[in-house]
Amino acid sequence: MPPIRRKKAPETDKNSGSDSGTRKGDDEEEKDKQKNNSKKKETTKAKKVKEKSKWSCVDSCCWLIGCICVTWWVLLFLYKAMPASFPQYVTEAITGPLPDSPGVKLRKEGLKVKHPVVFVPGIVTGGLELWEGRQCADGLFRKRLWGGTFGEVYKRPLCWVEHMSLDNESGLDPPGIRVRRVPGLVAADYFAPGYFVWAVLIANLACIGYEEKNMYMAAYDWRISFQNTEVRDQSLSEIKSKIELMVATSGGKKAVILPHSMGALYFLHFMKWVEAPAPMGGGGGPDWCSKHIKAVMNIAGPFLGVPKAVAGLFSAEAKDIAVARAIAPGFLDNDMFRLQTLQHVMKMTRTWDSTMSMIPKGGDTIWGDLDWSPEEGYVPSKRRQRNNDTELARQNATGSLGSQSKRIYYGRMISFGKDIAEAASSEIELLDFQDAIKGNTVANTTCRDVWTEYHDMGIEGIRAVAEHKVFSAGSVIDLLQFVAPKMMARGSAHFSYGIADNLDDPKYKHYKFWSNPLETRLPNAPDMEIFSLYGVGIPTERAYVYELSPSAECNIPFQISTSADGEDEDSCLKDGVYTVDGDETVPVLSAGFMCAKGWRGKTRFNPSGIRTYVREYDHSPPTNLLEGRGTQSGAHVDIMGNFALIEDVMRVVAGATGEDLGGNRVYSDIFKWSENIKLHL
Amino acid sequence: MGSILRFRKLWYLGPVRCSPLELQSFENREVDKEDEGVAPKVESVVVDKKREQKKRNKRQPKEWRCIDYCCWIIGYLCTTWWLLFFVYHCLPATLPGFQVPESPGTRLKSEGLSALHPVVLVPGIVTGGLELWEGRPCAEGLFRKRLWGGSFAEIFKRPFCWLEHLSLHNETGLDPPGIRVRAVPGLVAADYFAPGYFVWAVLIENLAKIGYEGKNLHMAAYDWRLSFQNTEIRDQALSRLKSKIEVMYVTNGYKKVVVVPHSMGVLYFLHFLKWVESPPPIGGGGGPGWCARHIQAVMNIGPAFLGVPKAVSNIFSAEGKDVAFIRYNVQGLREKFANCVLHTYFTVFLSRAMAPGVFDSEILGLRTLEHLLRVSRTWDSTVSLLPKGGETIWGNLDWSPEEGHGCDFTTKGEAHASGNSVNNVNQSRGLEVKDLVKYGRIISFGKAVSQLPSSQLPNIDPKQEFSCSSATNFSSLCGEVWTEYDEMSRERVQKIAKTNCYTAITLFDLLRCVAPKMMQRAEAHFSHGISENLDDPKYAHYRYWSNPLETKLPNAPDMEIYCLYGVGIPTERAYVYKSSPADKCKHIPFRIDSSADGDEGSCLNSGVYFVDGDESVPVISAGFMCAKGWRGGTRFNPSGMATYIREYKHKAPASLLEGRGTESGAHVDIMGNVALIEDVLRVAAGSTGKEIGGEK
Repeated sequence: MPPIRRKKAPETDKNSGSDSGTRKGDDEEEKDKQKNNSKKKETTKAKKVKEKSKWSCVDSCCWLIGCICVTWWVLLFLYKAMPASFPQYVTEAITGPLPDSPGVKLRKEGLKVKHPVVFVPGIVTGGLELWEGRQCADGLFRKRLWGGTFGEVYKRPLCWVEHMSLDNESGLDPPGIRVRRVPGLVAADYFAPGYFVWAVLIANLACIGYEEKNMYMAAYDWRISFQNTEVRDQSLSEIKSKIELMVATSGGKKAVILPHSMGALYFLHFMKWVEAPAPMGGGGGPDWCSKHIKAVMNIAGPFLGVPKAVAGLFSAEAKDIAVARAIAPGFLDNDMFRLQTLQHVMKMTRTWDSTMSMIPKGGDTIWGDLDWSPEEGYVPSKRRQRNNDTELARQNATGSLGSQSKRIYYGRMISFGKDIAEAASSEIELLDFQDAIKGNTVANTTCRDVWTEYHDMGIEGIRAVAEHKVFSAGSVIDLLQFVAPKMMARGSAHFSYGIADNLDDPKYKHYKFWSNPLETRLPNAPDMEIFSLYGVGIPTERAYVYELSPSAECNIPFQISTSADGEDEDSCLKDGVYTVDGDETVPVLSAGFMCAKGWRGKTRFNPSGIRTYVREYDHSPPTNLLEGRGTQSGAHVDIMGNFALIEDVMRVVAGATGEDLGGNRVYSDIFKWSENIKLHL
Repeated sequence: MGSILRFRKLWYLGPVRCSPLELQSFENREVDKEDEGVAPKVESVVVDKKREQKKRNKRQPKEWRCIDYCCWIIGYLCTTWWLLFFVYHCLPATLPGFQVPESPGTRLKSEGLSALHPVVLVPGIVTGGLELWEGRPCAEGLFRKRLWGGSFAEIFKRPFCWLEHLSLHNETGLDPPGIRVRAVPGLVAADYFAPGYFVWAVLIENLAKIGYEGKNLHMAAYDWRLSFQNTEIRDQALSRLKSKIEVMYVTNGYKKVVVVPHSMGVLYFLHFLKWVESPPPIGGGGGPGWCARHIQAVMNIGPAFLGVPKAVSNIFSAEGKDVAFIRYNVQGLREKFANCVLHTYFTVFLSRAMAPGVFDSEILGLRTLEHLLRVSRTWDSTVSLLPKGGETIWGNLDWSPEEGHGCDFTTKGEAHASGNSVNNVNQSRGLEVKDLVKYGRIISFGKAVSQLPSSQLPNIDPKQEFSCSSATNFSSLCGEVWTEYDEMSRERVQKIAKTNCYTAITLFDLLRCVAPKMMQRAEAHFSHGISENLDDPKYAHYRYWSNPLETKLPNAPDMEIYCLYGVGIPTERAYVYKSSPADKCKHIPFRIDSSADGDEGSCLNSGVYFVDGDESVPVISAGFMCAKGWRGGTRFNPSGMATYIREYKHKAPASLLEGRGTESGAHVDIMGNVALIEDVLRVAAGSTGKEIGGEK
């Protein structure tokens, strides 16, 4: 029988009734035929005839959707029915057996829960939830606005921006809006679903017996300035009482503090606050810290600030956004949706006081001036890796190569134009921009809805800023004061960026100095230990090449000049950003200097001689996609999943000291660079 | 193609021949058929059809078949569902025409109320979430996931694992080795019990409206499975609560705290009050003035001060009204399922209702009830809810405080509409027409026994009966599902059934005999008597702290105590039992006799006697202490702190749209009662009991 016949015979049988007009004869034939068959068959036939007439486009759509649904459900069912360890099997089959997680490993070694642990999350990673809102935020009561799925950003972006912003004058809640931090471990275990922050560390600590009663997440509202968290939410008091309680209930064992990122500055503030007398401080008395704290293990703490913060405040962009603009220039700049995203973001972030805590501190002494910078001679890690030699040879290589390559003036934190960034300092003439008249507000009626302070500046001011050409860490603060006077007025009441000459000066009792390690003394707690744990081996933003943005007045007038690239592939200058070694956000200098030099031994910043340790974790990216974010990462947030770091942390909470861990562990040139810094100690 | 053809063959009801030549035979048959009927025309028809077919193939590439039909239906449903879903989401939160009543929070805010006293919420049994911190291999991937509360997905996925992790150690009443299940902290612990089923959420939302937030609102979550003192020993829960109250007191400008406990949380907080003022080794060392300094008012919601009879039946046979009812109505089970889950979920011991369908069926070999009995018997806290005060409070064989209570709840709905007079009529009718219901007999075997006058009862001294001889342990067969009943011999089961009647005192002898290990464990932590002399030094022990009849309230004359509870719902009070007929190791040997019904409108229904209450707690338990025990300066309340009773008449939600109602008086639903919320808000904002209207 030919195949075509085989296909058709049954089909004709079935389809015969569909075209009732032309196919009538056939139909009757069919029916005659069917009379011979059973009655049941006949009824089914009749039903089918009816159905067939319904077959149309809509039906096919439905059919398609039905198929998809069924498949989806089946897959979902299979997925749910799958044993939980299945993905692990697959991973192990492909990459070989995974190493034990540090928790399991150390439990086998017999480590047990000992000291209570306090986590201090950093900026951005903590969740925020709504307690009171405007009309547009109906139904979001106690839902997360920040963290989680961020579903509301897409649904009602303007409402979201409105609720996330703070009051422009006071830096506190706008009237009628209360957004508060999410409390408890859930505040920052996962930032978004699947994107862990503290979760891995928590899970590993739980392996050796930690639980809710001896772990505490010191969640705070990271948008407002540190002292305001106490004024508004009494967060500092809460941390104090919680630490006291945990120390008391775990039999007098002192607490181990784990601050991450900005949390390091927050906790520095806390340590001063808690010992300060009552009206402004916590009234814990001068030995509170030595009685309650065993160790502070700062994870990627930006003690001296991060250059990223400057770019963020100056033009609401960092490397990531600048690159995005370079790739898709049409998208961010066009006003098709009248969204003016960047301006909105900028307006919102400028109301957040805490961002100002991360402005580089210590001025030219630390970050270098027009001619000099502590990282001079640094060669990007890519090149180092290429010289695939032993440690020693590598050191030599970097030295020699560094001297050969062109000098990079990292000290020039913002320069207008690439040529300026590379010119010798004598060639640059500095104009005083602060005297420039702030022109009348130009055409700001059109852009009123997206108000940023740039509109108050006028063309004159903008030009004056651009003509000044170069800003070092010290003058960047002047620049920001010029560009965003309101914000800086608020900020300078809460933060300070200088270096103290005389720490006994009574003015240093004010809380605005408490979070600057260069203007405070550490508490008198000789038994305490301070660790700096951070990742290295990732290019990190250090200085920027800017240009005036070409478009109309409504835009932010400055932008990173993404066309400014270095000559060769390995140059530190890429897309208008000079990079150095660090963990992608915090340069090594900021994370390591205080522990490597500023506090080492007995200095004036550390009068009681608290022991300090620097422990670096060299970044190695995950070998394949299955590993997720890697177990040896050194990136700013991913380092919280770094097995070596977790192991160090767990040993300390189980009772080990810094010496037991092996003291310092260094991959970068932090000690060399620290020596370059001429800071009176 | 082959598979499609095969499918079609089934459709045609053709004979299935499972041969490798399936296709071939099918074709042959088809051709044969055609040959039979219209042989001469076949050729031309086939040619015609071929032509037609070509045309049609363009229009209709696919055939209309059963599987298509299914897909079509599913697709249709999906699309409709999505559309509705989409519309639902796009709708503004408030539909025009559907007037949402103004919430008490908004109303009081416009009256000018704002947050004054910090508020501490103390959840009750069962409503608090529990999460896993360390588990056996079977619980892999559940780290810090909720085992209790939330969606309860794990019960269905791995029921045995779930039961294993929720059990406590049978000897110590603490964690079994290698398992750590802990209370979920924070407001999320008990705002919603399951998605959409609020517990505290409505109250929290209203508090937030007048300015409360994280810093002055705290949920004192604790592991409700443990005995109260053990929550301190294992988790330091009491210390944490103390420190939290102190911080809130200081950071909110030295404003005293308003505490709002619910259900068993009431007893927990009573325990806390004593604990915090006791000296350090067993107490919190707060000193004698701590409560007076830190606490403004205690607003007990649905308080189970004197225990609940439900606890007895739960421990005795792991069943309450709900379970008995379910068994009785097996045929109506399907319809009842949704209702049962919703309603029984949240009564005091809801674990039974989780999977009502599987209760009696041994098809799956699950023996759910036995498992549940075993698990819930490891929870010491259930013992705290046994009736306290013995016969003095709960009545003896002949007498009970609720005597003369008319329980015609069907007419009662109208009764409270038409006022008190009808109520009185009801009461008198109850007295005249019916025999006195002997509520004092909390457990009786057989309906007849429950109604006999006491003189006719066979006079057996239960004490002698329960000189429980060492049991002959005969059922090694049932080792798999071990309950303590297996250690009891058949004879003893018989004996227990013979004794017929148990009051609130003899009940304890009964339970001690039936569940010796559990009672032994728990009696180290709880006491259920009435003290003669409160100065007796033995009352310094923590086991007496949660019994209001054996402790003095702290010396805090300015503190106020409120009893807020719902009335107007039939509440379990006494049970008629029977020995279950089954063989020796299959079942729990006692059953509620669900066939024991009274007349229409009687208090006896499905083997359970009802009184007025809030569905879980009878009025006497909730109200007695505030109404009499503590009123004025009694020996239980030496400093004479003010007490207020506020009752909320139950009114079922008028329509489904209202959800669980804003005027409900049910044990948990009362937390959404507008009048109650308003009272709480007013007190939190600084009113005293007199200002909100005193008694109600």
